[in-house]
Amino acid sequence: MTRINLTVDGQRVADDIEPRMLLVQYLRERLGKTGTVVGCDTSSCGACTVHLDGASVKSCNVLAVQADGATVTTIEGLAAEDGTLHPVQEAFHECHGLQCGFCTPGMIMQAVDLLKQNPDPSEEAVRLGLEGNLCRCTGYHNIVRAVQRAAGEMSGASTGPTTGAGEVVS
Amino acid sequence: MIPAAFEYVAPGSVDEALRALSEHGDEAKIIAGGQSLLPVLRMRLNAPEWVIDLGRIDSLRGIRDGGDHLAVGAMTTHHEVGNDAGIHEHALLVTKAIAELADAQVRHRGTFGGALAHADPAGDLGAPARALGATFVIQGPSGTREVGADDFFVDLFETAISEDEILTEIRIPKHTGWGAAYQKFVRIAHQWPIVAVAATVRMDGDTIAEARVGLTNMGATPLRATAVEEALAGQPATEDAVAAAAANAPEGTDPPSDLNGDADYRRHLATVLTRRAVLAAAGRNGIPAI
Repeated sequence: MTRINLTVDGQRVADDIEPRMLLVQYLRERLGKTGTVVGCDTSSCGACTVHLDGASVKSCNVLAVQADGATVTTIEGLAAEDGTLHPVQEAFHECHGLQCGFCTPGMIMQAVDLLKQNPDPSEEAVRLGLEGNLCRCTGYHNIVRAVQRAAGEMSGASTGPTTGAGEVVS
Repeated sequence: MIPAAFEYVAPGSVDEALRALSEHGDEAKIIAGGQSLLPVLRMRLNAPEWVIDLGRIDSLRGIRDGGDHLAVGAMTTHHEVGNDAGIHEHALLVTKAIAELADAQVRHRGTFGGALAHADPAGDLGAPARALGATFVIQGPSGTREVGADDFFVDLFETAISEDEILTEIRIPKHTGWGAAYQKFVRIAHQWPIVAVAATVRMDGDTIAEARVGLTNMGATPLRATAVEEALAGQPATEDAVAAAAANAPEGTDPPSDLNGDADYRRHLATVLTRRAVLAAAGRNGIPAI
């Protein structure tokens, strides 16, 4: 067993875990954060994408011990504390950026990362930025529209806070 | 899929890591970013008793200007290398290859040294490293040694790094002002290339003064297409001249045959991608995108 301390969606947690435990397993099975899903389990599909110290990663391809000391944000920590959805979540809702919805948590987490690095991406840049996320329903068109709509919303929101509560951890 | 149980240690320095490595020997695997190792462990293709994590060794991160070269710490992530202004200015080929490497999430975790030490012949960094003549700095119990790119890659997933050694730094000679392109042929976005070609050229007006070309997945190791390089030197950067030189791309290769294509298909692909990569690196417009 190895001791880990980390911050997940704004909450400090500490646990003794087996070193072989994957981050996604830890999030789902220990913390009950089942919003992060396991899709392919081979680091191909991106459904398990979370932010590790502010950068998107596939949580099925990270050991929980590697996240010791880090700050993790999952889809469950993206909305504001009062329940107000993150602009990317809102845009996926407005544009119906999903069909079955299984890839949605990963798509949204990767889209948030993409917009942080490129606040006004072209359609091509969105598609390229989401290349590590697969939608088995092939519902990509509305996903791309949602990301571009969110980009517009976020840039129009002047200097207002656009990141979720889970990201503003010291 | 869960890896088999293992003991875990995360040393804080290279010396500590080397001690752990000598203690556990062939029972141990080193984990860098883990983007190649963790799938292997999860599929139980490998089940080491110990995993030594280099992720806590700060001295292995970062990019330093060494005068005539850029020194990349082995644990620097693809994302960091791919967005580094110095790499873009002095080793554009690396920037171009990293843009095509896997996907954003993998580039955030995966490391420059980890990918090169893994030595997957379909990995995207070996061909640029060979084309640019990188030097690999390897540390072991008896000190540090340097290995050139031509000697680093030994065989399939095998490098010059011994079992008791760690790759600490990759030195990339500056190729300031050289054009560059990485042409990668895949069937599925963010996958490994069926074949890829890394080309960088120094232009003198409309003439290719010097060219360096590396091939991905055309043999057990990343290869350098020296016959192409020689044929390009002094040639005009025209479609015909470059195509004639690119016809030499299969020379000295031993490509695999698999479901994506047989060896002959790959040899053909190598000539096409070499032509496109060299023309793009030479700044020619109208190159068909893949």
